[in-house]
Amino acid sequence: MRSLLCRIAAAIALVNGAAMIPAEAQEGTVPPAPNDLTAEIDPLDNPYHVDDGKVDRGTYNGYRRYHSSCHVCHGPDGLGSSFAPALVESLKSLDYVAFAEVVVNGRQAQGATGNSVMPSFAFDPNVMEYMNDIYGYLKARTDGALDRGRPQRLPK
Amino acid sequence: MQLYRLALVAVTATAIAGGVAANEDVINMQSDPSNWAMQLGNYQGHRYSQLDQIDTGNVGDLQVKWTFSTGVLRGHEGGPIVVGDTMYIHTPVPNIVYALDLNDNGRIIWSYEPRQDPSVIPVMCCDTVNRGVAVADGKVFLAQADNTVVALDAKTGEPIWSVKNGDHARGETLTAAPVVVRDKVFIGISGGEFGVRGSLTAYNTNDGSRVWRAYSTGPDSEALIDPNKTMMMGKPIGEADLGVSTWNGDEWKIGGGTTWGWYTYDPDLDLIYYGTGNPGTWNPAQRALNGERVDNKWSMSIFARDPDTGLAKWVYQKTPFDEWDYDGINENILADIEIGGQMRKVLVNFDRNGFGYTLDRETGELLVAEKFDPTVNWASHVDMATGRPVVLDQYSTFVQGEDVNTEGVCPAALGSKDQQPASFSPDTGLFYVPTNHICMDYEPFAVSYSSGQPYIGATLSMFPAPNSHGGMGNFIAWDAAKGEIVWSKPEPFAVWSGALTTAGGVAFYGTLEGYVVGVDMEDGEELYRFKTPSGIIGNINTYEHNGQQYIGVLSGVGGWAGIGLAAGLTGDSEGLGAVGAHKALGDYTRLGGVLTVFGLPN
Ligand code: HEC
Repeated sequence: MRSLLCRIAAAIALVNGAAMIPAEAQEGTVPPAPNDLTAEIDPLDNPYHVDDGKVDRGTYNGYRRYHSSCHVCHGPDGLGSSFAPALVESLKSLDYVAFAEVVVNGRQAQGATGNSVMPSFAFDPNVMEYMNDIYGYLKARTDGALDRGRPQRLPK
Repeated sequence: MQLYRLALVAVTATAIAGGVAANEDVINMQSDPSNWAMQLGNYQGHRYSQLDQIDTGNVGDLQVKWTFSTGVLRGHEGGPIVVGDTMYIHTPVPNIVYALDLNDNGRIIWSYEPRQDPSVIPVMCCDTVNRGVAVADGKVFLAQADNTVVALDAKTGEPIWSVKNGDHARGETLTAAPVVVRDKVFIGISGGEFGVRGSLTAYNTNDGSRVWRAYSTGPDSEALIDPNKTMMMGKPIGEADLGVSTWNGDEWKIGGGTTWGWYTYDPDLDLIYYGTGNPGTWNPAQRALNGERVDNKWSMSIFARDPDTGLAKWVYQKTPFDEWDYDGINENILADIEIGGQMRKVLVNFDRNGFGYTLDRETGELLVAEKFDPTVNWASHVDMATGRPVVLDQYSTFVQGEDVNTEGVCPAALGSKDQQPASFSPDTGLFYVPTNHICMDYEPFAVSYSSGQPYIGATLSMFPAPNSHGGMGNFIAWDAAKGEIVWSKPEPFAVWSGALTTAGGVAFYGTLEGYVVGVDMEDGEELYRFKTPSGIIGNINTYEHNGQQYIGVLSGVGGWAGIGLAAGLTGDSEGLGAVGAHKALGDYTRLGGVLTVFGLPN
């Protein structure tokens, strides 16, 4: 029941455009992340702009949203904790679609104690509306384009 | 149970004399120093033991006597309870309770493991901790993560009654240890990061029926306040319904003020004491009224209440309009100390905000408010006439504003001290306090409320206090009459374990790397250090069995400290000194709940 609800929610969220996924992305291949400063940001081909440690608005917001909604479990700067995996490692193999799927639907680990749960964020506007930003931030961290800590903002 | 009955006869007379009967069973159990009958040692929260076999001369010889794995990996807060021949320990989710036989090296007499919906886990903001059980009248009281309060038969572990105190779908959970006074058991609530409206509830210990509930926000009728009687700074509050009028619109309904700390009780004055937590969200701009600061009452307050009716006798708000998550739930230790040549009945509180408060516990009058960590900078001082902190604009995340990163605020959100309870020694008259030495940058931003989802609205980064010893913690001795640090012992990591003092002149605490440390209470000189299997965020307790004194502690790193520090903190490495080189806690210890019991060689 719960997972059905979540899936419906995911569909709603996706339709609302909170996390837009172009049709060609559905294959689930890991796209390159070229950090092309001249191209538009989009979560699949160019999820962030980082220039000399400075980041675009979305990536900056992703940093903030991550540290507000995710870091209590996933640790500071995406480095992981004893509770949940390091997303800077996860995103080496998870693409945007797979990432969004986990965030929307959640997941329940069966580890040693079966006691860690990735919650569903389908009903949390503080995450759903900024899915792209959170992904962009974590992807920049994963690619080694961005160091730990609070990034500087690029001038607009 | 033999020993316990003997001791009971000896102490009954003194314990009950003069006071209103508190709970005879609890009073009797805690008056016998061979027991460790309550999480905080006694009603007053002293965490002091009259046992003196282990002393400054022989503590160096302590050795491990027996150990017990709880089988659970998450953060283990709270500590072992000992009554007679039985030790009761508890675990984080799944909240197992074990009764262990002290006559048989901890053979399991019974264990209780509730079935809980796993969707509770993600609404526990900072690990799935639990701070322990209460034992009274032949029952063991447990507050489960899923909001079930259960009374177990202390002999068999069979549930006698259970009741629901909240709903995790709204972000409500239970982590705090219950306390029993007379025929009532007090239950707080957690979920300050989920827009929960805090409350304290009294249930009848016989059948679990609800007697009263006092909310931390909202109208006086629900906060159980009488504005003409309930005192604030020594005078009646005067104005009605401040729990509504000091909020922006309906924000009080999701206003926090949770009650997940420790509760204390004065049997003579017949008052219970507890603190309320931070207002939600962490973005102060959303809690302001017409763009101005407003108190957000009664978040961040100390309450003194009548245990039978819940009516507030007095209240004191430590951090009106919080801007830093200085969650005001820390324990209120009740002690009689000399101030200005007079013996005073005081309440001492080491708040997250870095101020050590000494109040008259009968009237709530503020006597002393001084910084117990010299790096505290968000306020210059507390105005003793109004009781309000004088906040510096430079560190005000409200003045600096939304979407602005306010830098270098000390202490960090986890406070100069978190939930780890301090100890009071009647021998020295001093308080022994496990503290954090961490500062932060804090950037608030707009968030939306959605039931059962995190309601935070700030991002912060933490770093060891700059220009200091480079470590992230200190264990200090504090003079609550003067408001002064007597001595301070630096530690590489935050000291996140409950302290213990003893008549043997030794104070004990645990460290996040997993060390049990024994120090001389006079000067803080280290006398003993032993590394247990995992980091310690639990409390160190002591008891006597068959004439031998033992020290018991639950290891099992986790909690906010364990999660936040696992990867290490960032920050300017200059000025951190040698200790600052120790970065990641993960280099020192891993998860694992283990009880370790120490004693002297035979
Ligand atoms: C309550 C703790 C908690 C919170 C909060 C949380 N997570 Fe998780 N997350 C987990 C756990 C536990 C797992 C591992 C689950 C599993 O593998 O079964 C996980 C797994 C994931 C994964 C899959 C990783 C992989 O390697 O497969 C992603 C992606 C993820 N989380 C993203 C997020 C994001 C983004 C946020 C914030 C919006 C977030 N999480 C908040 C606990 C949490």
